[in-house]
Amino acid sequence: MKREIIIAGFGGQGVLSMGKILAYAGLLQGKEVTWLPAYGPEQRGGTANVTVILSDEPISSPLLQKYDIAVVLNQPSMDKFEPRVKPGGILIYDPAGMTRQPERTDISVYSVAATDTAAALNAMKTFNMIVLGGLLKIDPIVEMDNVMLGLKKSLPERHHKLLPANEAAMKKGAEIIEKIR
Amino acid sequence: MEEIKLMKGNEAISHAAVRCGCDGYFGYPITPQSEVMETLQELKPWETTGMVVLQAESEVSAINMVYAGAGAGKMVMTSSSSPGISLKQEGISYIAAAELPCVILNVMRGGPGLGTIQPSQADYFQSVKGGGHGDYHLIVLAPSSVQEMADFVGLGFELAFKYRNPCLILSDGVIGQMMEKVVLPPFKPRRTQEEVVAQCPWATTGKKGRERNIITSLEMAPEIMEQRNLHLLEKYRTIEENEVRFEDYHCEDADYVCVSFGSSARVCKSAAELARHEGIKLGVLRPITLFPFPTKKIQELAARVKGFLTVEMSAGQMVEDVRLAVNGQKPVEFFGRQGGMVPTAEEVLDALKKQLIK
Repeated sequence: MKREIIIAGFGGQGVLSMGKILAYAGLLQGKEVTWLPAYGPEQRGGTANVTVILSDEPISSPLLQKYDIAVVLNQPSMDKFEPRVKPGGILIYDPAGMTRQPERTDISVYSVAATDTAAALNAMKTFNMIVLGGLLKIDPIVEMDNVMLGLKKSLPERHHKLLPANEAAMKKGAEIIEKIR
Repeated sequence: MEEIKLMKGNEAISHAAVRCGCDGYFGYPITPQSEVMETLQELKPWETTGMVVLQAESEVSAINMVYAGAGAGKMVMTSSSSPGISLKQEGISYIAAAELPCVILNVMRGGPGLGTIQPSQADYFQSVKGGGHGDYHLIVLAPSSVQEMADFVGLGFELAFKYRNPCLILSDGVIGQMMEKVVLPPFKPRRTQEEVVAQCPWATTGKKGRERNIITSLEMAPEIMEQRNLHLLEKYRTIEENEVRFEDYHCEDADYVCVSFGSSARVCKSAAELARHEGIKLGVLRPITLFPFPTKKIQELAARVKGFLTVEMSAGQMVEDVRLAVNGQKPVEFFGRQGGMVPTAEEVLDALKKQLIK
């Protein structure tokens, strides 16, 4: 098993945290993991992305040209990473704020309306967990239980009261994700 | 069972420093290695092991604090990124001349000048050919994973004290910023002052009952200075004899070999996997010590492979040492990306095909 994943969006959307939670969950399942952020003068509203690799084998390059899964959360990210999904791979996007539909027909495309759902739940900060829930519904690379343990590890203890809200968000994401093609 | 953690290379450096009994860290923040001091400030080792963590007013100040701490026989270290390491060069030359042990971490970013904050390997020459003035060498370790970041702090101190020589850990923005699995070294207490005195009879530990120790890099008499230079040279030859480290990744049956260190070696391993899918027998030789350089291993390979491709995130620096080792026996080509760009496995394989296989 090997999954090469890019998660990309605006800074502040929780892109890096989502990758971190995924990596922690992979670690708990005994997988090899790498988490490599596009670091820089990142700020809320700027672009942010992270490459996460989960594998049963040792991971050579943590940097990739093509991905099994691209999770794109804004238009610049879709423009940049849609062409870089491997044929037969998966593209997941949030339609909010997108000005065009994905064009590739040789990959599976899913839409997860996480922005709208998070707003409806009045819980914008669980946005990334809704996306993650959607992703894991499509490709259960790691188990939910391990995601929750991973989240517990990456959240400071003072925020542990938010764990149930995050779990609920993930479940919601799994419900609302829909296949476009 | 040992606990497996997930952390950045920069964070692993700090945890390892506290765990291997480091006495002091002196630094000045710069991207992409600021997490080193941030993590130390979070760990607050001054409350547990007694390790000093100090943000100096500048890089120049930090390296001179290291000079002083090392002179007292303490396990001291500093870290920075390329432009900051340039500022430290005068102090590093002095420390090498005074034969003091210390660990210096460089998490390289693109240059020259302030350059970029993205990863690079363009400080190879600076690291292995001097950097500061005068005839000297650092022991240079090049980690290519978060685990090696953690392991090389302890190894760095071990070698630094064994040879009374500064040891440089030459990393880059990829390894510093990436999170991977890591098993941290076990806790070792800091040495007691009695242990320091016993281990470092040369150190300025207070001269009660013995001749005073003088630590200086200054020697006005050329006859004596030449002897000191010859002594250093002899030490470097001993290091070259004993401390070469490298990783051989499928070179045993290889027709072609990529020579690459640090994060670009990871990319080359992926290129080797791609190549072998296409029936091209590509191996990777990853120097772990850049000084001493694995010259003999490269000579051995030169006798049986068809050619070498050196891959670096620079305009081509280590390739000169590969060419010196191969000495014209086989073609040695170069592929690199610069300015903060990182090569991909596909690019490396393309370069191999275009430049060597043809």
